[in-house]
Amino acid sequence: MELLPTIWFIAIAVLWTGYLFLEGFDLGVGMLMKLFARNNTERRVLLNTVGPVWDGNEVWLLTAAGATFAAFPLWYASLFSALYLPLLVVLLALIFRAVAFEYRGKVDTDSWRWRWDWAIALGSFFAAFGVGAALALTTTGLPLNANGDRVGGPMAWFSGYAIVGGLAVVGFALLHALAFLALKTDGDIRHRARQWFVRLLPVLLLPIAAWAVSVQVLDGKAWTWAAVLLAVAAACAAWLFARRGAEGKSFAAMGLFLVLGTTSIFGAVFPVVLPSTLDSAFDLTISNASSSDYTLGLMSIVAAVGLPLVIAYQAWTYWVFRRRVSADHIPAAHSFLPAIAARAFTTKG
Amino acid sequence: MDALEIARWQFGITTVYHFMMVPLTIGLGLVVAVIQTAWHRTGKPEYLRMTKFWGKLFLINFIMGVATGIVQEFQFGMAWSEYSRFVGDVFGAPLALEALLAFFVESTFLGLWIFGWKQLKPAVHLACLWIAVVGSVFSAYFIIVANSWMQHPVGVEMVDGRPVMTDAWAVFTNNTAMVAVPHTIFGALAVAGGFLLGIAWYHLWRRRRDGIDTIGADGKVIPGEAPSIPGRDRADHAVWIRSLRIGAVVAMISFAGTAITGDLQGKLMFEQQPMKMAAAEAACHDGTGFSVLSIGNLGAQNCEDIVAVIEVPGILSFLAKGDFTTEVKGVNTLLPEYQAKYGTNLPDNPIYGERAGQEIDYLPVMEVTYWGFRMMIGFGSLAAMAAFAALWITRKGTVPESKWLMRLAVFGILAPFGANAAGWIFTEMGRQPFVVAPNPDPNGIDQVFMFTAAAVSPGVSAGELLASLIALSAVYAVLLVVEVKLLVKYIRGGVVSAMPELGHTPSDDDADGTSGAGGPGSKPDHDVLAFAY
Ligand code: HDD
Ligand code: HEM
Ligand code: HEM
Repeated sequence: MELLPTIWFIAIAVLWTGYLFLEGFDLGVGMLMKLFARNNTERRVLLNTVGPVWDGNEVWLLTAAGATFAAFPLWYASLFSALYLPLLVVLLALIFRAVAFEYRGKVDTDSWRWRWDWAIALGSFFAAFGVGAALALTTTGLPLNANGDRVGGPMAWFSGYAIVGGLAVVGFALLHALAFLALKTDGDIRHRARQWFVRLLPVLLLPIAAWAVSVQVLDGKAWTWAAVLLAVAAACAAWLFARRGAEGKSFAAMGLFLVLGTTSIFGAVFPVVLPSTLDSAFDLTISNASSSDYTLGLMSIVAAVGLPLVIAYQAWTYWVFRRRVSADHIPAAHSFLPAIAARAFTTKG
Repeated sequence: MDALEIARWQFGITTVYHFMMVPLTIGLGLVVAVIQTAWHRTGKPEYLRMTKFWGKLFLINFIMGVATGIVQEFQFGMAWSEYSRFVGDVFGAPLALEALLAFFVESTFLGLWIFGWKQLKPAVHLACLWIAVVGSVFSAYFIIVANSWMQHPVGVEMVDGRPVMTDAWAVFTNNTAMVAVPHTIFGALAVAGGFLLGIAWYHLWRRRRDGIDTIGADGKVIPGEAPSIPGRDRADHAVWIRSLRIGAVVAMISFAGTAITGDLQGKLMFEQQPMKMAAAEAACHDGTGFSVLSIGNLGAQNCEDIVAVIEVPGILSFLAKGDFTTEVKGVNTLLPEYQAKYGTNLPDNPIYGERAGQEIDYLPVMEVTYWGFRMMIGFGSLAAMAAFAALWITRKGTVPESKWLMRLAVFGILAPFGANAAGWIFTEMGRQPFVVAPNPDPNGIDQVFMFTAAAVSPGVSAGELLASLIALSAVYAVLLVVEVKLLVKYIRGGVVSAMPELGHTPSDDDADGTSGAGGPGSKPDHDVLAFAY
């Protein structure tokens, strides 16, 4: 078995896990803007819990995509072109969401805020759903021909797994966000978030469990089945901690759940990176889809230095902004009187 | 239109759009970092106000750069899968490194800068901005390394029909990239310079029209204040005149920078992509003169009826080779050379779809290359001359009352944007029909090339591409309106729009413009939110 492609398979699994762990909660917070927050102040609390970090979280997605391009160009090319329409939806969702975070507070009217709130909520939902669908399909397969191109037209990628995967990431993101809010806020929101977390955990984790189990049924190994069981245990732990009010531990257990879950899924499909549902001879694997050892070696050196550095300074950001946010901290929205408009009220000629 | 043409339009539109935001992000980021450093050093209130005001506009623009950049990252795989398969071994690495080493830095440290005004010590806070800005320069470097490899492939060897990287050093120090990076950074600074100049001019003009600033007997400005208008105090005058001068100086220096690096690019282009050079001149025959104006039907793809009306002898040779006599090859000389080296017809390969076996047109669209090249230089030099004039006109401390001059200054903001777009469109379309242009170096690798016609995703239908072209263009158009409206709103608001605290007690806190922002000497305090959405 080739060493470097294996390392890069693991690296890409790590990047996706990092993405789901980090952007998981900010996607969830985005959806909760409409589902959970009751008024504008609460929405602003929610926004400000992720304000300084969401963009850094999103770069995990870009890095996962870029690393796939560099390490497994054939995987990148086949997956992204086969999923053209769903990825278009993800792109549009991410565009609206990003712009909404920044622009929502820039005009002080209700209709303006209402519009961008929907952009955040729907953007987060479609981004989570689309990424989940794409990830599920790369583990369960797409109708690819010998060249790695999709056959059967624009919707040929569609299968039940797309829906399961989409719901899996949406559900996980919502739950993870509730755990995050319980940890990052104070006052009423904190307690409500914890309550919701305890009540909703079994429902919200159902689709991700369904995805993990189907992948195990398709190509599971003994150790990946074990990972599934451990993930279930981690979810139970998260639930128990939350009930006892140990929010930090509950959030950490959710993280562990995610790591075990993705390990079980990526571990099961290894060494295939993108199965063809038409003929297993067309499967893309770590050996036939990867870049040369030279490129992978170069990338390994840079990643070995770069990735720990990224984790270190992102961790520092979370440390700097570690304090809980509550409704009392939200300053009144200041509507400034523009210098030019104010001119109208003056008497000087 | 077939899938290929739609895919090209889409790539062109989304990338040119991305590159409306990018130069402002890079240029303004550098300028704001310098201004905040000045504040840190001197503690002068106008520098804090400038940091806040220009920083606000920087952020409104930055986010659009982020939002449109994501599309770029996905597009290669979605619309150009055959291209991605072909170049992945070389091209993917700089792209991945850009994300890992630049985007993470930019986004994380910018988040710290926006939200960390109070949480961080002033020096650390300033350092965060510098780190983010250096990150954006790195991102420019990595992506241009990728792009330069398409213009001039190096450091590879063909294995099973695909280029495989053998020399990373050669790829990352490609001479094409080494001059394109500074050229692009100077181009970005030109944008920032014009932006500062135009907006500062507007506010100075406004202050005069509102009767706040007056002119003394010696012709020098007497800054005044208007207690009834929030933020319109004496320090406000200093903010704008200083911004204007910084902008003008940046605009002039950056034009000189683009000219020097552009000259080096011309010399490389002469060696690396002679056809692009000939097309940029719309020149049929070998020659030495640079055409200032050529007439004739540039679009006809037949250079014989194009006549250079005004031509400066020797300049083309200077651009290409550094002397005044070297003959630069024209289209007629180059066509047979290209056909001999790279074939007369596209191979009979299904990858080319209906185009398989067709004759190859080696001549890029000359209307675009000829005018693109001249627009780049023209808009750039206009902006630089205007900046020079602006410095002279405002030497006594303010701008004239003329409304037309003000309008000119504001619309002048667009010129460097135009120069940047023209430069890229020229570079990218001048490379056609290749997506990866061959490297003609005799001991090089001149069989590493790819025709654009082979690059598009074979499995993706024209309908899908059209759907995304329409959806992305529509969303981009809407967001452009929103962005410009917000920018205008914040610009018209003046400094108070970024520092509302100035509006509450006008005039009496201008001696201490540091209010509410943690001045250079103040300790970080423990407010949870120094900035809130
Ligand atoms: C010369 C500079 C330059 C050029 C030619 C490009 N970009 Fe860009 N890009 C930037 C300079 C930049 C930047 C200044 O670094 C941005 C603007 C705003 C930002 O966050 O970073 C950026 C943002 C940005 C982002 C979002 C990063 C984030 O979330 O923070 C992505 C994914 C890309 N770009 C990708 C691309 C690709 C694939 C390009 C090629 C087609 C491209 N860019 C051309
Ligand atoms: C530096 C990173 C860039 C890379 C890697 C890149 C790559 C590409 C690719 C793959 C294509 C499609 C194939 C083709 O039609 O040739 C293309 C076309 C194009 N690009 Fe770029 N590009 C970059 C930057 C830019 C920028 C910044 C602009 C403009 C602001 C730009 C403008 C265009 C245009 C107009 C086309 C269409 C050309 C045509 O099809 O005739 N590019 N580029
Ligand atoms: C005398 C002035 C200038 C000269 C001689 C010049 C020369 C060139 C040349 C030869 C290229 C093409 C490189 C290639 O395709 O191989 C180019 C590209 C470009 N130019 Fe200029 N240029 C000048 C001014 C400007 C100005 C003022 C701007 C912007 C404000 C600008 C922005 C660009 C951009 C964005 C590109 C495409 C990216 C790149 O290849 O670097 N240029 N320039």
